[in-house]
Amino acid sequence: MRIDGISIIGGHGRDGATEPVGRLDLNMGDVVSLVGPTGSGKTALVNDIALFADANTPSGRRLLINGAAPDESFLDDPSLNPIALITQHTTFLSDLPVERFLLTHARVRRSPRPEAAVAATVDFANQLTGEPILTDGAMTELSGGQTRALLIADAVVIGNAPVVLLDEIENAGIDRARALDLLRGYEKIFVFVTHDPGIALLSDFRVAMQGGAMRAILRTTAEERLVARRLMAIDAMLLGLRDRIRGGGRVGAADIDLTEAAVSGGRA
Amino acid sequence: MRVVMCAGPPTSGKTMVLLQAAARLRRRGHSLAYLKMDVQYAEEDVLFRERLGIPARKVLSGELCPDHCGVLIMAEAIAWAEAEGAGTFLVETAGLCLRCAPYIEGTLGVAVIEATSGMSLPRKIGAMLALADIAVVTKIDLVSQAEKEVFKANIVEAAPLPVIETDALRGIGIDRLVNRIEKAAPVGAPLRLKGLPPVATCTICAGKREIGWEHHFGVLRTLDSDLFYRGQ
Ligand SMILES: Nc1nc2c(ncn2[C@@H]2O[C@H](COP(=O)(O)OP(=O)(O)OP(=O)(O)O)[C@@H](O)[C@H]2O)c(=O)[nH]1
Ligand SMILES: Nc1ncnc2c1ncn2[C@@H]1O[C@H](COP(=O)(O)OP(=O)(O)OP(=O)(O)O)[C@@H](O)[C@H]1O
Ligand SMILES: [Mg+2]
Ligand SMILES: [Mg+2]
Ligand SMILES: [Zn+2]
Repeated sequence: MRIDGISIIGGHGRDGATEPVGRLDLNMGDVVSLVGPTGSGKTALVNDIALFADANTPSGRRLLINGAAPDESFLDDPSLNPIALITQHTTFLSDLPVERFLLTHARVRRSPRPEAAVAATVDFANQLTGEPILTDGAMTELSGGQTRALLIADAVVIGNAPVVLLDEIENAGIDRARALDLLRGYEKIFVFVTHDPGIALLSDFRVAMQGGAMRAILRTTAEERLVARRLMAIDAMLLGLRDRIRGGGRVGAADIDLTEAAVSGGRA
Repeated sequence: MRVVMCAGPPTSGKTMVLLQAAARLRRRGHSLAYLKMDVQYAEEDVLFRERLGIPARKVLSGELCPDHCGVLIMAEAIAWAEAEGAGTFLVETAGLCLRCAPYIEGTLGVAVIEATSGMSLPRKIGAMLALADIAVVTKIDLVSQAEKEVFKANIVEAAPLPVIETDALRGIGIDRLVNRIEKAAPVGAPLRLKGLPPVATCTICAGKREIGWEHHFGVLRTLDSDLFYRGQ
């Protein structure tokens, strides 16, 4: 079945009052951020999507696929599941070697060329992290950042899920700008739960959450896109400093001047 | 009366699944009774009685294999639940013996396994899964999508059953189980064990599948008695 879009029919916030946003439509190709203070219900909303909520979760929300209630076959056959969720706590428990585990997953997903899918997945993950992943090492030996990167790559490439939900990838030491660029190359719906202004402003639109409810939908303006570009310039500077320090190097006053130059340079 | 027989390794989430299902069944107007069969210790009866106000009791099998204990006492237990006015009888078994399975013909057999239990578990638990009518996977909130999918595929490969994935803490996925319970047919006489017990020396283990201690010899018990011996 082809997925053109999903919709979330609003329920109620934590106080039981009807959600201000009554319906959220996400179309193929959309990159969306969920923003809001800690405890505002961002994770609850992605959970609702991942679990095909049907007024059976605390929020009372309902999920529609292509405008209709989802088919039960999605729930019965894992290879048909169109939604992949990577949570704040998601991890790999399997101690199988990376290569073998990914091959198994590719076969469950009925990938026509499992070996190629595994190679593409590892390659994708390696573009997101610093240290390359050792494919004959155990899944459980991966670092936190490598685990996050591989979870994302697996969902996008092997899972080939049309809808990918990512809960706070910024905490995993992943190159966010790079990740967004790479992900934009795939025609999918990406939902980021994020506290990061860069990710929020690089999205097509953002949903502001409060008290467990969807408060407002804000489409990114042209001016906000400019701000995002400047933020990314600052980000690149910080990453440069980080790499230098991680690499055992020294930094000096000139590096800060450089950072300021980059910020004003982004304005010019 | 419908009978749901729920089996699964320790801490797999059987109680949590049945509590969530019981609350929903009650909201849909069903009258319930609950029984826990365990080996040494159980406190679920108090939980169901106090939290949900459901007639509930427990049976500790002690020296007996809990599945074999079930064979001896389940006929009387079903009569007890019926006398309590239950339309649906929920039975939780310890399921410690991986060679046999507690399911009785005509009951809805539910195997509960946790997604965190290692991906080859479905291949290890034999009859408990193979003779069930549905598998309920719990704790999906704790594992990656990839492992969830591989785990589910391993279940279906070990036993071609419908699989219901749940986060039993938050009650997610439980509605599908409740829908299935509502479709279950009532049990009727004669009550017989679904599977063939393993080869051994007592009458149950030697392949007698009739439910009720009256049909057996050797070391026995009733629902209310201690163990006693009946010669042939
Ligand atoms: N995160 C999470 N925890 C769960 C879930 N289901 C059960 N638990 C927890 O797992 C533990 C064991 O759950 P129980 O329902 O008592 O397990 P059980 O199978 O009845 O255990 P025994 O009767 O003692 O064999 C409890 O701490 C539950 O809160 C779930 O879906 N997700
Ligand atoms: N609409 C709702 N109705 C009832 N409870 C809700 C609702 N939305 C969220 N909650 C509950 O509120 C708590 C906090 O929500 P959640 O974990 O989603 O916050 P968050 O925005 O992801 O926070 P953080 O930024 O700290 O990760 C959770 O226990 C969640 O189940
Ligand atoms: Mg959260
Ligand atoms: Mg229990
Ligand atoms: Zn036994």
